[in-house]
Amino acid sequence: MDLSLSTRTEGDRTIVEVGGEIDVYTAPRLREQLVDLVADGKYHLVVDMERVDFLDSTGLGVLVGGLKRVRAHDGSLRLVCTQERILKIFRITGLTKVFPIHASVDEAVGATE
Amino acid sequence: MATVELRFSALPAHVRTARLVAAAVARRSGVDEGVLDEVRLAVGEACSRAVHLHRRHCPDRPVLVTLVDDTDAFRVAVTDEAPAEPGGGEGFGALTDVADLVDAEAVPPGVGLAVIAGLVDDVSVEPGRDSGLVVRMTWPTT
Repeated sequence: MDLSLSTRTEGDRTIVEVGGEIDVYTAPRLREQLVDLVADGKYHLVVDMERVDFLDSTGLGVLVGGLKRVRAHDGSLRLVCTQERILKIFRITGLTKVFPIHASVDEAVGATE
Repeated sequence: MATVELRFSALPAHVRTARLVAAAVARRSGVDEGVLDEVRLAVGEACSRAVHLHRRHCPDRPVLVTLVDDTDAFRVAVTDEAPAEPGGGEGFGALTDVADLVDAEAVPPGVGLAVIAGLVDDVSVEPGRDSGLVVRMTWPTT
């Protein structure tokens, strides 16, 4: 399944809903989306990964890159994910310590620093 | 012992092809359904790593994936032909500090191997015949 991307705004948060596979082939599109949002002044991002079927280290790299970009503007990047197979990759790489991971978009939107 | 060999041009799109083929052969070999996601991810990581290195060093050379349905195991070997990168720091121990990752512009090349090591119990990395590495991964079958 290919990558699908859509964005919407809730207050000062921008929600990026990602679906399909984030891998070495599709990751550049997600990178571009995050770069564009930050260039647009959107510094508080919530990446909803509930519809992601596959994520590899290339995808992790893009998320880390996004985190760096928003942090440069005192922003935040929160993830929404409850899928065990995706969470496992964050745990293996230790990135659970880097990204706040929430069980729902509402929880992520309501979270404060 | 049945073997499937896949030789593909070093294009990111074909990493997905390799994942699909690996999962299909693993299923046919009798790898537990619950482990197929792991096979897909590990083979994908090994192939992404190989494609990345080939595109940098030898874009015309194909990446080789060998899938073997052995008596009681499913064996995968992903072989690249890229020369060793000086100071590449690749290896299972490469990801020592998460802070390294956050400071890097992209995920360092060792992370793919670190993910494989975290996922697969039976894994080894050896030098290839002339250059490059062979990443070998084995899963039990029923």
